[in-house]
Amino acid sequence: MESVFRALAHDSRRQLLDRLYARRGQTLGELATGLPVSRQAVAKHLAILETANLVATHWRGREKLHYLNPVPIADIVRRWVGKFEETRLDALADFKEEIENHKEIRHA
Amino acid sequence: MPERAPDHVYVIYIAARPDAVWNGLFDRDMTKAYWAHYNLSDWTPGSRWEHVRSDESGTVDILGTVEDIDPPRRLVISWAFPHDAQDEAKVSRVTFELTPLGPDARLTVIHSDLEPGSDMEKGVSDGWPAVLSNLKTLLETGRPLSSDKWTSDSDEASPESDAFKG
Repeated sequence: MESVFRALAHDSRRQLLDRLYARRGQTLGELATGLPVSRQAVAKHLAILETANLVATHWRGREKLHYLNPVPIADIVRRWVGKFEETRLDALADFKEEIENHKEIRHA
Repeated sequence: MPERAPDHVYVIYIAARPDAVWNGLFDRDMTKAYWAHYNLSDWTPGSRWEHVRSDESGTVDILGTVEDIDPPRRLVISWAFPHDAQDEAKVSRVTFELTPLGPDARLTVIHSDLEPGSDMEKGVSDGWPAVLSNLKTLLETGRPLSSDKWTSDSDEASPESDAFKG
């Protein structure tokens, strides 16, 4: 579990997870495109995420595809939040997102 | 044409032998506890399998065909809502792979050929992480983490029980 928190404690790695959440099954090259860090740095971050089991990989021929693996996060949620609370938190997160988006629109 | 990339690849490490994890995919009492369903089939290639609700209703929520089975290493099944089972575009595929790692097992679940934007795609994206996390907890502590933990009168499973699994 420590490796999960360590892996999450870096903005670039959180951004990589965001990218994999938005589109699953990307290669290193696709993930590195448009990021302000080198391909080597992205590879290193991905290795840390893979070690923490937050990223799962699948070989398609010679292509290594990367997937967000939220299972360790589900473990954390279940440890401290539980099943019913999880649903309620989802509702709260949706509500927060909604009011924040609303605020953005007002300020725009 | 290259193989289509899977839609989801989930990996979970479980402190149990592969055959125990394998049994966990089929054992009716266990799947009831972490999946709220049981999986009904004779488990031979080509046979139909059904994902049946564990309540009294006997409702089949998912069904498909056993495409490949190699106990306790690999299981490939097709996967669809009953009303979509004849529509090839709406039939997806789930592969379970078990790898022994010393006393532990790595379970990989690959879900492929999901129809983009479908209810099934959304449902499984929400569902698999919780199901797999609960399977792990059940196999490692003997009981699932869910609402029924609050009615349990014993609390011997320490929060540190997974500390040795790194």
